[in-house]
Amino acid sequence: MKPSDKTILIVDDDQDYLFQLKSKLEKFGFKTLTAEGQKEAEALIEKTKPDLAILDLMMENEDSGFILCYKLKKKYPDVPIIIATGVTAETGISFDIYDENNRKWIKADCFLDKGVRTEVLKEEIDKLLILH
Amino acid sequence: MPTLKILVVDDEPGIRSGVSRILRNFRVDYPFMDEAFDFEVLEASTGEAGIEIIESALPDILLLDNKLPGIQGIEVLEYIKKKQKSIIVVMITSYASLELAVKATSDGAYDFIPKPFTPQELKSSVENITKRVFLKKMTTKLHDTGKQIRFTFLSVLSHELKAPLNSIEGYLKMIKERQAGDKLEDYDVMIDRSLERIKGMRSLILDLLDLTKVESGKNKRNVTDVDLIQIAKTAMDTMRPYSIQRDVKLRLHGPEQAMIKADADEMEIIFNNLISNAIKYNKDGGSVDCTIRENEGCMGITVVDTGIGMSEADIEKIFDDFVRIKNEKTKNITGTGLGLSIVKKLTDHYSGKIEVSSIPDQGSTFNLRLPIIDKPCS
Repeated sequence: MKPSDKTILIVDDDQDYLFQLKSKLEKFGFKTLTAEGQKEAEALIEKTKPDLAILDLMMENEDSGFILCYKLKKKYPDVPIIIATGVTAETGISFDIYDENNRKWIKADCFLDKGVRTEVLKEEIDKLLILH
Repeated sequence: MPTLKILVVDDEPGIRSGVSRILRNFRVDYPFMDEAFDFEVLEASTGEAGIEIIESALPDILLLDNKLPGIQGIEVLEYIKKKQKSIIVVMITSYASLELAVKATSDGAYDFIPKPFTPQELKSSVENITKRVFLKKMTTKLHDTGKQIRFTFLSVLSHELKAPLNSIEGYLKMIKERQAGDKLEDYDVMIDRSLERIKGMRSLILDLLDLTKVESGKNKRNVTDVDLIQIAKTAMDTMRPYSIQRDVKLRLHGPEQAMIKADADEMEIIFNNLISNAIKYNKDGGSVDCTIRENEGCMGITVVDTGIGMSEADIEKIFDDFVRIKNEKTKNITGTGLGLSIVKKLTDHYSGKIEVSSIPDQGSTFNLRLPIIDKPCS
């Protein structure tokens, strides 16, 4: 498996984060698709099936990432999803992703903090791509 | 032992009696709870009957079927949302339609139990909910003492401060590693974006200082005779460069003077926020009309813009801390999400009133009424 065969969809409303993650992933040799919100991403997946998706949680609404995740899994059950968010246990405001009950709901394959090191992210992506 | 009331709304008698049977001797106990919870099951065969029980007995948990003979489950859910009842709702239905699931979730459904369910499935869902009810009660307690508000505020704040730091750090790393090659100009975008994020962070800090002033202001407020016309003019002059850039006309209407007893700095904060918003969320070539008029012992301040406007749902949220309307039209507008919450807090401090009306794509109108002397506005 060569990274260059794989397309990763990145969805985040922080354009800087989007840009940085995109260049990181392209450096690893992946192809990327980007969207700045749930709506834009939904339109995108109508036409294209990515090999993996990395989603932010709070975008247009505080649960945008969750709804997107749900729709993505419904359309492409075999596409692994990483939820990368800045909202971690520290906040507990709207969505505690460490709560078992929420995890059951959000059918993501992996949860990562946005500040995670690049190597860790790469490892997770590779793991998920091999499994699927 | 505390007892939680569970209401089952389902037209199938078998489901209702099944739930009663399964939960009759069920107990939920956690090390962090003082006591175990048990359950009292109430039953209704239609949505209408369910609502009656909700009104008379206020259950803690509602197990709700969607397909009902009269009104549908989703309508019961909407009722609960509208009346702001503190009930945790579990839909007992299959994922028949995604639209329903999404709608139910956004209306506040907490969980879904697919039908038919095993006793274990029901028990494990009820167990989770009980934990949540318990935590919610604890949160309410904290909330009452104001701790929760502070905690939420601080955690959102740390999130808002962390996001620009992360992005600036990311760009600096890319520059350090010369990721775009050796030509300096290839890094211009990254440098500009970093500066932009720093600017955003600075305005957040300035807004926070305003907010701190407002919150601690009660004792230090310097109340004098203030001319709102003068304050409005100053605010407009400050924003002039920005409005010229956007080709937005600023107009002030009112008498020669509009005197009011208030703290001048706080009045400045109000006008700066309202007028800068009216420019920021305007369209190029649009206009902002600020009108100041005395009316029944109060000073009425109206700021009308010809901008992008907001939906009803947006209006409900805009006075909360850190709320920013996120959509295609606001994508490139920066802001801290604190401005209007500061305006609202100040208005409350002066026993004033603030109202908003808006039409998407046509503009918004902010109506503010402040007492001229220390007497609430009608």
